[in-house]
Amino acid sequence: MRFDRAAWWFVAPALLVIAVFFFLPIVAALLISLTDFDIYALADLANLRFVGFGNYLKLLQTPSFWQALGNTLYFVAAGVPLSIGASLGAALLLHSRLTRFKPFFRTALFAPVVTTLVAVAVIWRYLLNTRYGLLNYALGGLGIDPIDWLGDPHWAMPAIILFAVWKNFGYNMIIFLAGLQSIPEELYEAARIDGASVWRQFASVTLPMLSPVVMLVGILTIAGYFQLFAEPYVMTQGGPLQSTVSVLYFMYEEGFKWWNLGSASAVAFVLFLLIFAVTALQLRGKRWIGE
Amino acid sequence: MDRRVARRLQAPLVNGLLLAAAGLTLFPLLWMVSVSLMSPGEASNYPPPLVPQRPTLGNYRELFGHAGVGRYLVNSVFLAAAVTAVSLVFNVAAGYAFAKLRFAGRDRIFKLLLGALVIPGQVAMIPLFLLLKQMGLVNSYGGVIVPAMAGIFGIFLVRQYALSIPDELLEAARIDGASEFRIFGAIVVPALKPIIVTLAVFTLLGTWNDFMWPLIVLTDKDLYTLPVALASLSREHVQDNELMMAGSVLTTLPVLLVFLALQRYYMQGLLAGSVKG
Repeated sequence: MRFDRAAWWFVAPALLVIAVFFFLPIVAALLISLTDFDIYALADLANLRFVGFGNYLKLLQTPSFWQALGNTLYFVAAGVPLSIGASLGAALLLHSRLTRFKPFFRTALFAPVVTTLVAVAVIWRYLLNTRYGLLNYALGGLGIDPIDWLGDPHWAMPAIILFAVWKNFGYNMIIFLAGLQSIPEELYEAARIDGASVWRQFASVTLPMLSPVVMLVGILTIAGYFQLFAEPYVMTQGGPLQSTVSVLYFMYEEGFKWWNLGSASAVAFVLFLLIFAVTALQLRGKRWIGE
Repeated sequence: MDRRVARRLQAPLVNGLLLAAAGLTLFPLLWMVSVSLMSPGEASNYPPPLVPQRPTLGNYRELFGHAGVGRYLVNSVFLAAAVTAVSLVFNVAAGYAFAKLRFAGRDRIFKLLLGALVIPGQVAMIPLFLLLKQMGLVNSYGGVIVPAMAGIFGIFLVRQYALSIPDELLEAARIDGASEFRIFGAIVVPALKPIIVTLAVFTLLGTWNDFMWPLIVLTDKDLYTLPVALASLSREHVQDNELMMAGSVLTTLPVLLVFLALQRYYMQGLLAGSVKG
């Protein structure tokens, strides 16, 4: 086999960057999570001590960590199905033969995806304002009393979920649309000849043909939603009553506000393991359904 | 209901639903522009006004004057441009090599990189911060640029596209005595042009919109990017809705325009990237 000696000139720079600034930090994160790295160790490494799984055990006894975990699971469990449902619905509408001005609608529905999260979060904070926000004004028209969206612990997370769905559904919509376009038209024709209703066609042709795409979209969306951070940072600062503190927000405060870098690394690893476990479970489920 | 009537209602229903959905996605963005042109305090009325009584650019003047947003705009433009330029060179070269050049361990390294795609970047953030601190890059442009100089996703995107370059084309150039670097510059880069544009748009928008890492690594106000500055301003000026909307317009309008101009390339990258699973 012939080897291209010049090849290393092409790959080495990129591989070096990825090794030093990605792989090395990940290994280091595991090691740091086993130490009591704090602000004193930051000043002088002589203050660093090995604590084994101490950080992890301490986290399990920290109520605010459990709350952050619960909040994040809430966000994922409610936000992912809503997001994917909205994406699929929008994709079906866009795909319909009856739809006019397709390129316009596609761009309009996709626009929130490319906007800057911080900027649109600022807009939404204003839309959700209790006194002069437009959402409460619209609800008032329906006879519903003003809701303190971002100030009430029961409503803050639903408000953030609503915002996240608005911001993100366009992404999966495009993937679903490509999936729909790749379903052979003959399948629908055959179904119509058999007298299948529109609903029946959706259940017996569209959904089964689309299921690999749904699977993929599910995995990517769940992994993404576990990484909730900027939304609560801008809209609620984790409040009210810690009801919107996510795991990453907890890690950020632990690490870069209190400089407990050992404990923050443990948080990061727990999040990673969680995402990894959920992804593995989904792949397993897929194989199980497939067989 | 009569079947024929139902069929006739279908088209208005589908288009009506789409119109409503487009209204929901576009309304906050259009309203942002409208409120940014209102005079201070006007947006805090009830019911909320939809259009400014007397449109004014006062908020933008205030942003560039008092709040010093010009500085953040320059930071954002510079960082997005620098990261895009450098990472394109590294990723395109590596992606091409993984597709078309042979070297020891190529397939094993590529598999390792693909596997690492599942690791969320935030896991690396704390050690990365310490590493950059050692290198003296915390609180400098370098803190944002250096870790972003190469990325697995970019390499993957380029590799998939580069696989379609015919080997005969490269072999013919080698027989003619062209060096590998000349082949790269004269044949490979032109052939990869569409995917290079795609990757450039992705990187540009991703860097511009990035929030968490710049928030961590840039502590000096003078170095803030627009999203970091906007988040900090919005914590100080909770009541100044008109000013904040002007800041939001300034932050998000540039990326929306880039997207509209290069939409085709962006969508291609999105679809190519989604088959990585």
